[in-house]
Amino acid sequence: MSILVHKNTKVMTQGITGSQGTAHTQQCLEYGTRMVGGVTPGRGGSQHLGLPVFNTVRECVDVTGATASMIFVPPAFAADSILEAIDAGLELIVCITEGIPVLDMLKVKAELRLHPHTRLIGPNCPGVITPGECKAGIMPGNIHLKGKVGIVSRSGTLTYEAVKQTTDAGFGQSTCVGIGGDPVQGSSFVDMLELFENDPETEAVVMVGEIGGTSEQDAAAWIKEHMTKPVVSYIAGVTAPPGQRMGHAGAIITGGQGTAQAKQQALRDAGVIVVPTAADIADGLREAAGWN
Amino acid sequence: MHLHEYQSKEMLRSYGIPVPDFKVSSKATGIGKAAYELSPGPFVCKCQVHSGARGKAGGVMLVNTPAEAEAFAAKWLGSRLVTRQSGPHGKPVNRILIERATNAVRELYLGATIDRTNAHLTIMASEAGGMSIEELAAKEPEKIFKVPIDELTGPRPYQGRALAYKLGLKGKQVNEFTKIFVGIAKMFLEKDLSLVEINPLAVTQEGTLLCLDAKINLDSYALFRHPDLVELDDPSQEDPRIARAVASGFTYVPLEGNIGCLVNGAGLAMGTMDIIKNCGGAPANFLDVGGTATRERVMEAFKVILEDPQVRCILVNIFGGIVRCDLIAEGILGAVRDVGADVAVVVRLEGNHAEAGAKLLMESGLNIQAASSLRQAAMLAVQKAAEGAA
Repeated sequence: MSILVHKNTKVMTQGITGSQGTAHTQQCLEYGTRMVGGVTPGRGGSQHLGLPVFNTVRECVDVTGATASMIFVPPAFAADSILEAIDAGLELIVCITEGIPVLDMLKVKAELRLHPHTRLIGPNCPGVITPGECKAGIMPGNIHLKGKVGIVSRSGTLTYEAVKQTTDAGFGQSTCVGIGGDPVQGSSFVDMLELFENDPETEAVVMVGEIGGTSEQDAAAWIKEHMTKPVVSYIAGVTAPPGQRMGHAGAIITGGQGTAQAKQQALRDAGVIVVPTAADIADGLREAAGWN
Repeated sequence: MHLHEYQSKEMLRSYGIPVPDFKVSSKATGIGKAAYELSPGPFVCKCQVHSGARGKAGGVMLVNTPAEAEAFAAKWLGSRLVTRQSGPHGKPVNRILIERATNAVRELYLGATIDRTNAHLTIMASEAGGMSIEELAAKEPEKIFKVPIDELTGPRPYQGRALAYKLGLKGKQVNEFTKIFVGIAKMFLEKDLSLVEINPLAVTQEGTLLCLDAKINLDSYALFRHPDLVELDDPSQEDPRIARAVASGFTYVPLEGNIGCLVNGAGLAMGTMDIIKNCGGAPANFLDVGGTATRERVMEAFKVILEDPQVRCILVNIFGGIVRCDLIAEGILGAVRDVGADVAVVVRLEGNHAEAGAKLLMESGLNIQAASSLRQAAMLAVQKAAEGAA
């Protein structure tokens, strides 16, 4: 077991013939992901990286049986690609694209509410990986180790930091999910915590948050109520000056709720071990889970 | 992207939302002439800068005569206005807005933004206009009414009426407010905005509604479909280093410390700042070089960091997922050679092609220290910065 993806997950790529789509589909193939095909409108019927290319997501799903899709489509067209994937009935959509207009995402969210069976991860995220089984994203595969820690993060490169430490410590990861840094995301911390809580392979969870919004507080409330597994959290941006925009559209401090301190306090109150820097994640796990 | 008040008011007016008659000029004589045309006074003169809290900083003034208006304009045009939100260097005042003063009997707050928790455009309103809405949101959130807008139906007049009654509006004001409510939501959706704030929305002595101040931000990600709005950008309001960073495709925010940071990913960039502080140092900047960092971009980032005279050490922290560390290393070497960086450089490369990158740096013969972990890198940078400052 794991969450979201496993060794039998059939993955397709939207935007497979573009430069990013090509490079990362190639890397996913090399990692051992069961890639089954891809979509580039106008290129249907051709082969790319040894995989069949289709004009529409629907065709690709019908022929290959894909249940998950990675999206590498430019921002102006990415929301349309997500909607196409929802319409084709995919179970999991991983949107890597950064820079999607937020109003486009509101329409996507409205559509997702009508399709509860489809789960969107991202946009603006590194994707999902179940080490040794399936990589559906742009993370460097070689830093991962199959194991017992579930990792969920709003930031791409901070996810890698958490991964590396849990690999170096020998704990390994059950599944790692980057939910993305945009203000409007397909999936929340709470969504992922619930999956990790119910996954027998996950023994502890690392949650990497950052300033802006209140999704960490929502997570804290859920943890207090439902979580039985130990949770370690790092919140990036303790030193960020109030009101400054730090690259992520989502990371704007508002109304006292979005500060790192407010998030840390809410998580501590929920019994989470909150570590002061990203370098302390493995130590936090030792403390939270009693591991050596 | 931020709009000036006069640009925001023009946009509001184009949606039929009531704003005072106003004029804008970049010349003091122009403001004097505008005052004559708007007469009789009194008038409000307002510096046009991308910052709030202008009033407390002296950038807004009530004047009685065209001569006083012209004097106010002459005093401010060409200077910088420093407010508590503008940063220590302030913002250049290139234009003044002038309008007839309004006697407000009540000051309401009206705003629109995306509520990320429920993923809807949300209109916010409060009877307590005039003061900082952030403070109110933190201290008395129950005094802010929030109305989510459905993506399918758009803003509904009944929502506007309900909000008007909650705000204690009466008679014709209810319909006036409803038009403003619907207009703002429509404008937000059509123009791809990220924030609208009307503070205050005044109830005048005559009993009508009028938007006395307006702040509009645009979703930068959506500018590709609004070429006309791109032209409203005023780069003079940005720190020139920030503007150069944007032009080169990375994000830069100057801070107060002496350790320059060059990091890939916004989260890791914040994480790097946090650990520098944790190790007893102070970051000079936030810099996210982006996921598709190229050699050229790394070089440009180095140059921007080095323009900050406070910088005593540069910490490069790259966790290569998409980016290749060897290409980053080439950029670092190119920058150190070209720019002639005379401060210590600490580099931590991890991930994609990290070993090849580290090898390039080690064999370069330049003053570059390699670190193998985040904490070691931060400690080394703090030490080097202290040595450099001594």
